[in-house]
Amino acid sequence: MKSKPPWIPDALWRLIVAFAIIIGAVIVVRMLIPPAMKDSAIHYASTVERETIKPVRYAGSSICADCHEEFELKKKGYHQNLSCETCHGPSVMHTEDPGAVKPEAPRKREFCAHCHIYDPSRPTGFPQINPAIHNPLKPCISCHNPHDPKPPNVPEECRACHEEIARTKAVSPHVMLTCTTCHTVPRGHKTSPRAVNATIPAGREFCGGCHSDDSKVKDAPKIDLKTHNEKYVCWQCHYPHMPELD
Amino acid sequence: MMRRKFFRKATTVLVSTGLLAGMWKKARAKTPEGYDPSLHYYGMGIQIDKCIGCGSCVEACKSENNVPREPFFFRTWVERYIIRKDGEAAVQNIDERLAGSRDVINEKEIMRSFFVPKLCNQCDNPPCVQVCPVGATFMTEDGVILVDSERCIGCRYCIQACPFGARYIHPETMTADKCTFCYHRLTREMLPACVEVCPTQARIFGDVRSKASPLARFKRMNKLHVLKPSLNTEPKVSYSELDGEVR
Repeated sequence: MKSKPPWIPDALWRLIVAFAIIIGAVIVVRMLIPPAMKDSAIHYASTVERETIKPVRYAGSSICADCHEEFELKKKGYHQNLSCETCHGPSVMHTEDPGAVKPEAPRKREFCAHCHIYDPSRPTGFPQINPAIHNPLKPCISCHNPHDPKPPNVPEECRACHEEIARTKAVSPHVMLTCTTCHTVPRGHKTSPRAVNATIPAGREFCGGCHSDDSKVKDAPKIDLKTHNEKYVCWQCHYPHMPELD
Repeated sequence: MMRRKFFRKATTVLVSTGLLAGMWKKARAKTPEGYDPSLHYYGMGIQIDKCIGCGSCVEACKSENNVPREPFFFRTWVERYIIRKDGEAAVQNIDERLAGSRDVINEKEIMRSFFVPKLCNQCDNPPCVQVCPVGATFMTEDGVILVDSERCIGCRYCIQACPFGARYIHPETMTADKCTFCYHRLTREMLPACVEVCPTQARIFGDVRSKASPLARFKRMNKLHVLKPSLNTEPKVSYSELDGEVR
């Protein structure tokens, strides 16, 4: 306590020091510590506010309909549930100044391939192509309108739509069979494939035509229809487009 | 001389505290106008059998939220599961929108395969919030877990604690970052970017308490599962058709 002026009594000096500490503490608590650190409600609110003022980049598809007619066309096709920005990219700038900023319009095969390239992990039935054999190098949009995608012509052969099955069958023991050996294809199936279905064989006896013991077809592997897992139909175990040999 | 020094120091302290206090006052928030968080409680449904693994959601998330483009920073990502005929399960992260990752699979070896989109599960009982030593992460009234990047000290405890790997350290701010369900879009009554762009509606977003909504229908019509239910984190992201191999 060298700095203590000699004219202040000791007791008073201790009092002054104590008060100084208290006042200091109050200053620290009241002013130095930001309120958000003392009150979590303020802290949360400031975080929420900082989060909410972040800029939006995807405008949402409902706003596109205000100006674009393609919307009407898209509403009826297979791409009806796609948001415009799935293909055209984040477009909030375009909605703010339609003249100055144009959203991207992908025209390359690679872009469509993001969804439509064949991939074994994709759900069955999702339309996929093998880009190496499906009109290589030709841009998709020269045949398919992305706002209303469908095959450009009524398919001549089954493989135009059932490419995956055709490729599987091509390396299977059933390669020499035509599709119509097992399937009856009504006329309407080619123009409205989902409304009119091709038939599938009705039961065990159909496969038995080649594969049962008493069949006259020479090359086909034979089984006894009466004892060979008689509770099941054949395609519950054997995939007819790629029947296993063992 | 002592006195002069004291005054000088006192002035700097007073002025700087004043400035600090002023700055903090400015940062104090009002809730966004026209949006009442107490009316919402958000959740997501994911239909595994609809996901085609196109990566649109990952791409949209990165654009919308300034997530670094490098293939190891994700707020949402898509995993490809391959269960081989010998029973072995393999998981791949689908990045760069499927490019390159396709060649490595021998199709003949696959027993079954599918995609699983993942993101922060916005748990009702979030381990990341419990472990944060500075209280930087918390759940909002509408059920979204947020991180205060100004308070986060980047200690990575939350990254360790999250059983779903949903968090990462943002390389610019060096603070924890994660999916916010696109909170800035929610307060403007828009869908999260991933839900907006999903071409097959594999992701369904909504209010978990709503009685009639796409999410309510999803929950009514499907057998649902959450990731790692044994950990009792009570995720608000539920999956339909979820395979037992998914971790």
